[in-house]
Amino acid sequence: MKKLSDAAVSYGSRPIATSLVNGKTLTLAGFAAAIAYPLLDGNLYNLQLFTEIIIISLLALSLNILIGYTGLVSLGHAAFLGIGAYASTLAMQHVYPSIWAGLTASVLSAGIVALAIGVFCIRLSGLYFAMITLAFSQAFYTIAFYWDSVTGGDDGLIGIPRPDISLFGLTEISIDGFVGYYYFTLVIVALAAYLMWRILNSPFGAILKAIRENPERVEFLGLPVYRYKLAAFIISAAFGGLAGGLFAPFQGFISPELLYWTKSGETVLMTILGGIHSFLGPAVGATVLIFLRDTVLNYTEYWKIIVGSILILCVLFAPGGIVGFITARLSEIFKGASK
Amino acid sequence: MDIAFVAAQFLNGLAIAMILILIASGLTLLLGVLGILNFAHGGFYMLGAFMMFSLGQWGLGGMWFWVGLITIPLALALVAAVVEICLLRPLYHRERLYTLLLTFGLAMVFDDLALLIWGRDFKTVPVPELLSGAVSIGNYGFPLHFIFIIVVGPVVCALLWYLLYRTPFGKLIRAASTDTEMLGALGVNVNLVFTGVFALSAALAGLAGLLVAPIRSIVPGMGLEIFIESFIVVVIGGMGSLGGAIIGALLIGQIKAFGILALPNFAMIFIYLVLLAVLIVKPRGLFGEKTV
Repeated sequence: MKKLSDAAVSYGSRPIATSLVNGKTLTLAGFAAAIAYPLLDGNLYNLQLFTEIIIISLLALSLNILIGYTGLVSLGHAAFLGIGAYASTLAMQHVYPSIWAGLTASVLSAGIVALAIGVFCIRLSGLYFAMITLAFSQAFYTIAFYWDSVTGGDDGLIGIPRPDISLFGLTEISIDGFVGYYYFTLVIVALAAYLMWRILNSPFGAILKAIRENPERVEFLGLPVYRYKLAAFIISAAFGGLAGGLFAPFQGFISPELLYWTKSGETVLMTILGGIHSFLGPAVGATVLIFLRDTVLNYTEYWKIIVGSILILCVLFAPGGIVGFITARLSEIFKGASK
Repeated sequence: MDIAFVAAQFLNGLAIAMILILIASGLTLLLGVLGILNFAHGGFYMLGAFMMFSLGQWGLGGMWFWVGLITIPLALALVAAVVEICLLRPLYHRERLYTLLLTFGLAMVFDDLALLIWGRDFKTVPVPELLSGAVSIGNYGFPLHFIFIIVVGPVVCALLWYLLYRTPFGKLIRAASTDTEMLGALGVNVNLVFTGVFALSAALAGLAGLLVAPIRSIVPGMGLEIFIESFIVVVIGGMGSLGGAIIGALLIGQIKAFGILALPNFAMIFIYLVLLAVLIVKPRGLFGEKTV
């Protein structure tokens, strides 16, 4: 039996670049551009596309906590997107019609589910971890698909509201429109990404990276590897759930499709395509993939054949992901210039 | 529920199991020998079914099914060999993660390729004339085609066993699954073994696809669906274990056949319950190795 844990999940001694080429400036510039964007382009279709990109970027970033930082390749991450989406919808429709109630429900339910299944998943590593997460996520897909009375079965749930936000009871802000929901998503995701960045650059994050490089050594240092991995699993799931909580009101309807294993596969794809060795790489991957799909769909309905082929080419020729590819080319150029 | 009905349902489960064995055995061989989880594996199953549809359209003087039975697995083995040589081989020295991604991309391409060639509507293939009858079990008619599947399954298993345990190539495959590096060091062309295993697995999946073509509707998504089921079979049986895949498939086949009677909508839930029970008690599967 081949050991995936040997070859696949050890990413060499290359440190995760926490920033791109002067990453802080680029990130801030990107954020400023995202804020200014709706003022420059009134096209509502594009605005919706960007909203989706922002939400799915959060999903990919959250998955990278496992893949890039902890060295665990989960093939069931879409389960948390789905759980978050269903939890927020059910909370808003049946418990309390507030977006905060929805988002809280999505984070909590994804975290609790991750705790319950993580106890079993975390014991495994490498390919076995990938398989058990895939199995659990498919189990949740089946539940969503067949539990008609709660999840609406195959048809899913419709009429998901975007309730107004009340700011300390002073004023009400509507996020029902495209622009409003875009800004709401942008703010929530930016805060979440910042929180994630802080977590991953804390001593806790450093231990995760150490576990990725050499779990035995971390164990010998007297640190409870199992608990750290479980914590990473739960944190990753909670952020994934948040993405689901944002996604349900965005789309206005949800269906079991959200939890299907191909969705998990796509998320892994974005993450690796963007580059697991940088914090924002997965977001770049999500942006590129969603853009690509949208562009290809303008020309042909057969987008999978194009995107699949591009993926194959990327795997063969740009193994460091897009961000890795670009940074490598840039550093080559800089080297050439300095000579 | 009389005994004849139970017998018919049991045979039904057996037929499901045979199809799953054909697909899962290839999947588990790939895991055991190449160490890859092939997402595109279901794609070969789907292509097998679609190719049978095309042969059925052409007719070939009534011989279409029997021509397909031989040529489709061979054709798919050839396609798989090309895919392995051109796409997978450059990745063996890299992280396994990339192979996973590559096969995922391949699965996407296969799906749309089928859509492009054969279109979106459901396709049906007639049951071949020779197998169109039914055998009566008590008051129930059991389709002859199912019996044919139940016969083909063990025959293929026996051939596979002979290949693996009684031929030089089989010895190489088993050696590669134990220690690839050592095999390479002994001067064996490991790449050739890998290509052979990949082609063999695709031929088996294609065979499963062409066998089910006359008894179910053929759609592009069928490959993704069967991938999950055969994947569960492999996990239950233990990755890389052929015997485990067979036991797992027999188990899942019966659960599907009888689970549908107990709770029509929740048959799949039973399968996941069994899967989770196995994973919790024996994380490496029933016949998996002790160490990863």
